Amino acid sequence: MIDTTVSLPGLELKNPIIPSSGCFGFGKEYARLYDLSQLGAIMVKSTTVEPRLGNPTPRVAETASGMLNAIGLQNPGLQKVMEEELPWLEQYDVPIIANVAGTTTEDYVEVAKAISQAPNVHALEINISCPNVKEGGITFGTDPAIAQQLTQAVKAVSRVPVYIKLSPNVTDIVSIAKAVEAGGADGLTMINTLLGMRLDPKTGRPVIANMTGGLSGPAVKPVALRMVYEVSQQTSLPIIGMGGVSNVDDVIDFLSAGASAVAVGTANFVNPFICPEIVNQLPEKLQELGYDKVEELVGRSHRLCVR
Amino acid sequence: MITQQQKIRQECMVIVEQKEIADSIFELTVEGALTEEMSAPGQFVHIRVADSYEPLLRRPLSVASIDFEHSRFTMIYRAEGRGTNLLAEKRAGDALDVLGPLGNGFPVDKAKSKAFLIGGGIGVPPLYELAKALNKKGIETVHILGFENKKSVFYEEQFRELGDTYIATVDGSHGTKGFVTHVLDRLPADFDTYFSCGPTPMLEAVQAAYPEKQGFLSYEQRMACGIGACFACVCRTTKSETDYVKVCSDGPVFAAGVVIS
Ligand SMILES: Cc1cc2nc3c(=O)[nH]c(=O)nc-3n(C[C@H](O)[C@H](O)[C@H](O)COP(=O)(O)OP(=O)(O)OC[C@H]3O[C@@H](n4cnc5c(N)ncnc54)[C@H](O)[C@@H]3O)c2cc1C
Ligand SMILES: Cc1cc2nc3c(=O)[nH]c(=O)nc-3n(C[C@H](O)[C@H](O)[C@H](O)COP(=O)(O)O)c2cc1C
Repeated sequence: MIDTTVSLPGLELKNPIIPSSGCFGFGKEYARLYDLSQLGAIMVKSTTVEPRLGNPTPRVAETASGMLNAIGLQNPGLQKVMEEELPWLEQYDVPIIANVAGTTTEDYVEVAKAISQAPNVHALEINISCPNVKEGGITFGTDPAIAQQLTQAVKAVSRVPVYIKLSPNVTDIVSIAKAVEAGGADGLTMINTLLGMRLDPKTGRPVIANMTGGLSGPAVKPVALRMVYEVSQQTSLPIIGMGGVSNVDDVIDFLSAGASAVAVGTANFVNPFICPEIVNQLPEKLQELGYDKVEELVGRSHRLCVR
Repeated sequence: MITQQQKIRQECMVIVEQKEIADSIFELTVEGALTEEMSAPGQFVHIRVADSYEPLLRRPLSVASIDFEHSRFTMIYRAEGRGTNLLAEKRAGDALDVLGPLGNGFPVDKAKSKAFLIGGGIGVPPLYELAKALNKKGIETVHILGFENKKSVFYEEQFRELGDTYIATVDGSHGTKGFVTHVLDRLPADFDTYFSCGPTPMLEAVQAAYPEKQGFLSYEQRMACGIGACFACVCRTTKSETDYVKVCSDGPVFAAGVVIS
């Protein structure tokens, strides 16, 4: 028997496959397609104190092997998420990782405090890395001192372990990771999207109404992999890795680079069944590689890359 | 609109036929069990044109006609950018990765005795299955279809078989010169319901022309997932400052006067 389980702070996962925040709503749409209980966990859409309507359209643009998005954290707000979305997900045997966003420390604290009380929320993912909102978001994720303070503030009120979602839009991601570790984070999730742009060749104007958007999909995978590789060796925090994961080989890569579990975002749009497909392929893949447990694979590249 | 929860499938369908029926306009017929899930004209499917990461996202295309007996349906599309040009290279016998049916179609039951079907360019295709469905219910249909020029006109004969059909071309090379609204200006508004699909400015003009009539419009927005999860294709509505709809899963068809585009 191949053991695909993964133990992380707050999370006992059947397998390491998790749909990423913003690419899976609150699960309802994908629940029409397959049983959500097959998933390791679910990272639900970023939640803010008040409902947010998001940015003007077009909000997405395709790019070479990737896409840009500037959704702008559209979500129904804390109250509705607590009263409707999370209770609805209770019918599935799957831990929820609630994603928290805001524009001020107080916002983050308010959402974190309330949402961590929901019975099926087993961990928080703090989004300090959204590139698509004017205030807050990424400003918390690009300055180590601010990131550390926010982590402390959220940790102080959360009933469940706290994972900080890191931005790749920084010069030194290790310094941010170390800062949030010092702030008491229980884990890291990485990476959020890379800030990018696409122009319309006819008009010369940006395709996305917000001008810029976050790049995701296969195009970002090498960047994400490198960052997981670096950060996993310089902090002791467990990492949920993501960025362009589209098949079981990509999952193996992220585990090898040092991630303990893997999130899948954009690939859900291309193949809505991708998560359960990878879950089913993983045991055979591990066997093929000569491993009995997912956990044995984590960080194997570190040992192989001694210089 | 009609919010029944039909089953969405992802299927490797087989291409039965593909042919160019007008300038850069292709008619593509596929076969497979997914067809059986279709519930209303105006629904769409989401097509993956390549197995590779290029192009990455699926392409939304409307269902233009359904042949339940043979489990086939037909799409009509313009080969425009990377994805649709790759799609145009596919041949009969090739496999096609299709996700659908998606969205809610036109509410056929709302028409009473006579309907205007107003389409522009690549918005014309879903009106064909709609015209067939309305005629089957004994509703008289009048078709007002706008195209760029004579070379881009398609399905004129097919529509004529179902009811009076008026064509407008921007350059006047076929039918009335100008837009569909130029045709509408001269037609008596002796219908109870209109249905429309086409570019957003056309939808705006049609709504403005018939403020008192019952109408249903099919909208286009850039999408990613196509099933309502990613919030890419969101539009505000006239209901309130904070109300919104997702074109892919709440639409693409909405009653006139609802969507702020
Ligand atoms: C519900 C719906 C139904 C549609 N039905 C039809 C149809 O029956 N026949 C037809 O010819 N076209 C239809 N379209 C438009 C069609 O989806 C686009 O023409 C097509 O996606 C363009 O792809 P491309 O590869 O040629 O262009 P590219 O420029 O390479 O596309 C780049 C990206 O932009 C998106 N995009 C580009 N143009 C549009 C557009 N007008 N609307 C939405 N997304 C767009 C693409 O899907 C892709 O993600 C429909 C669109 C929607 C939303
Ligand atoms: C359409 C879209 C919406 C997203 N929304 C959120 C969000 O609300 N909160 C968040 O933390 N990350 C969000 N992300 C980022 C993803 O969770 C993920 O970090 C990123 O896309 C990289 O993974 P991928 O390449 O597998 O998509 C979004 C990404 C996309 C494409």
